[in-house]
Amino acid sequence: MRTTDVAVIGGGPAGLSAAISAASLGAKVTLIDRNDRLGGQLIKQTHMFFGSQKQHASVRGVDISGILEEQLSKYKDNVEVLLNATVLGLYEDGVVTIEQGEEKYFKIKPKAMVIATGASEKVLPFPNNDLPGIYGAGAVQTLMNVYGVAPGDRALMVGAGNIGLIVSYQLMQAGVKVAAIIDAAPKIGGYLVHASKIRRMGVPIYTSYTVKEAIGKDSLEKAVIVQLDEKWQPVPGTERELDVDVMCISIGLSPLAELLWQADCEMKYVPELGGYVPARDEEYQTTVKGIYVAGDVSGVEEASAAMVEGQLAGLCAAKNLGFTSPDFEARRQDCIDQLNTLRSGPVGAKIRAGLEKLLG
Amino acid sequence: MLEKTGIPTEEQLKEVTPSKERLSRGPVAIIECFQEIPCNPCYTSCSTGAIKELVDINEKPEVDFDKCNGCGICISNCPGLAIFVVDESYSEDKALIKLPYEFLPLPEKGDMVKALDRSGQVVGQAEVVKVVNSKAQDRTPVIWIAVDKELSMRVRNIEMGV
Ligand SMILES: Cc1cc2nc3c(=O)[nH]c(=O)nc-3n(C[C@H](O)[C@H](O)[C@H](O)COP(=O)(O)OP(=O)(O)OC[C@H]3O[C@@H](n4cnc5c(N)ncnc54)[C@H](O)[C@@H]3O)c2cc1C
Ligand code: SF4
Ligand code: SF4
Repeated sequence: MRTTDVAVIGGGPAGLSAAISAASLGAKVTLIDRNDRLGGQLIKQTHMFFGSQKQHASVRGVDISGILEEQLSKYKDNVEVLLNATVLGLYEDGVVTIEQGEEKYFKIKPKAMVIATGASEKVLPFPNNDLPGIYGAGAVQTLMNVYGVAPGDRALMVGAGNIGLIVSYQLMQAGVKVAAIIDAAPKIGGYLVHASKIRRMGVPIYTSYTVKEAIGKDSLEKAVIVQLDEKWQPVPGTERELDVDVMCISIGLSPLAELLWQADCEMKYVPELGGYVPARDEEYQTTVKGIYVAGDVSGVEEASAAMVEGQLAGLCAAKNLGFTSPDFEARRQDCIDQLNTLRSGPVGAKIRAGLEKLLG
Repeated sequence: MLEKTGIPTEEQLKEVTPSKERLSRGPVAIIECFQEIPCNPCYTSCSTGAIKELVDINEKPEVDFDKCNGCGICISNCPGLAIFVVDESYSEDKALIKLPYEFLPLPEKGDMVKALDRSGQVVGQAEVVKVVNSKAQDRTPVIWIAVDKELSMRVRNIEMGV
């Protein structure tokens, strides 16, 4: 059976960073992604990122992906990249089963692994939510920014978190009119600078609003929205009909944790982190020895944090296999410091509360 | 309220607006970033030291209006597109505004365009004076527009057409 030191499952910002740092200590790394290219969510992020220089702030997400791939290529002698390769199962004996393309099916036995599978979009229940024209916001972003296809003419965005705000802006860049952005919460959840830049394009943002129903024969023709009171109950008589042929749902992500369940990692329910997340220690090792996590699968956050978590998990996974470098301790500490800084402000309060619950 | 509508309040704007005297002296940066978020490219991109060091990355940026020369480098480096440069010394009756604009088609020098306020309402007309779109802007072009002086603190966006 094929072997490797560290298998990294998922090639988004977390997985790429984990692969780079594990390889930098000299470990043999196998990086596996089900897509046909590396980068995960980054490949559709045409906007500039926040953070500091260490997390490539002010660089566009898609360009950050290129920077990470370039760094990875420095270690090509000890890194193997498997694309179009989906990890189907993790077994108790530490075997990973992989399907590559349509017919290749094989197993790898790594000494350690970093699971960085990211997160998936939550769905919103309302009448007719399966009409064509209703998408996840991330799916629409892929359609536009990876494939260059506009989803329609006039859109309603449901959710005023960062993803909802950013995808609204990118819809407008693609020439799609955005009729409104609504959010059930009484306040805008995303960064206010994003909200302001969309507002000055003339797009109204309605807080304390939700979708009552979608209307359409073969595809979406109208959306009915309704105001919510302080108890989040619909206020009769406040319904409004919007003529839209696209509705984007962006009400949050939940960790793609199937592989962690299979591997029998202890999972905890922490709503602040997006749902069920793996219990883990400071080195991002789960309760199953040798299985590490990083990025959105370990708690839905941001690419900036995902990269640093990946670096940390990759370093520690390699170190615990006996690989090291003179600056290991300094690099490990730098990662921990960066994460603390990113999470230290008011917008990090939710993540801090979630981590408090997770780590106790 | 900013948290509900995306539009900053008069009080918030007052806090980040230079004095009339400073505005009349020449170009100066106005940073409309009112939330503590983990972000600092404004500070790291400014080479004159006009943006106070963000010791904690979550601090809100603050401009030293005496050090700022209005160069506009920070505009394209801000991922929030929250920085504008205003120059009330531009002419007798017009002010110059430098703003970020990431839409196609780009306007051209000499074009007349619609001038929008922070809610996207058309409040007047603007003449495009310059389009800065070199490698340094990294695909966030900076548009220089001339507007009536009394609109200098209201206009924050443009739309093609008149
Ligand atoms: C619209 C939008 C805007 C955003 N804007 C920002 C921003 O401005 N700044 C910021 O910091 N963050 C932003 N984010 C968040 C950021 O994209 C994510 O936090 C980040 O991508 C998480 O990284 P990750 O590596 O954990 O997961 P992902 O990027 O999701 O990568 C996971 C990878 O795992 C692969 N995978 C999953 N399961 C398997 C399997 N079984 N086998 C093989 N491969 C698998 C997937 O194909 C994918 O490539 C944004 C997100 C969205 C959707
Ligand atoms: S306009 Fe120039 S000098 Fe003024 S804050 Fe921005 S980068 Fe610094
Ligand atoms: S770069 Fe822009 S968004 Fe970031 S802190 Fe500075 S002004 Fe705010």
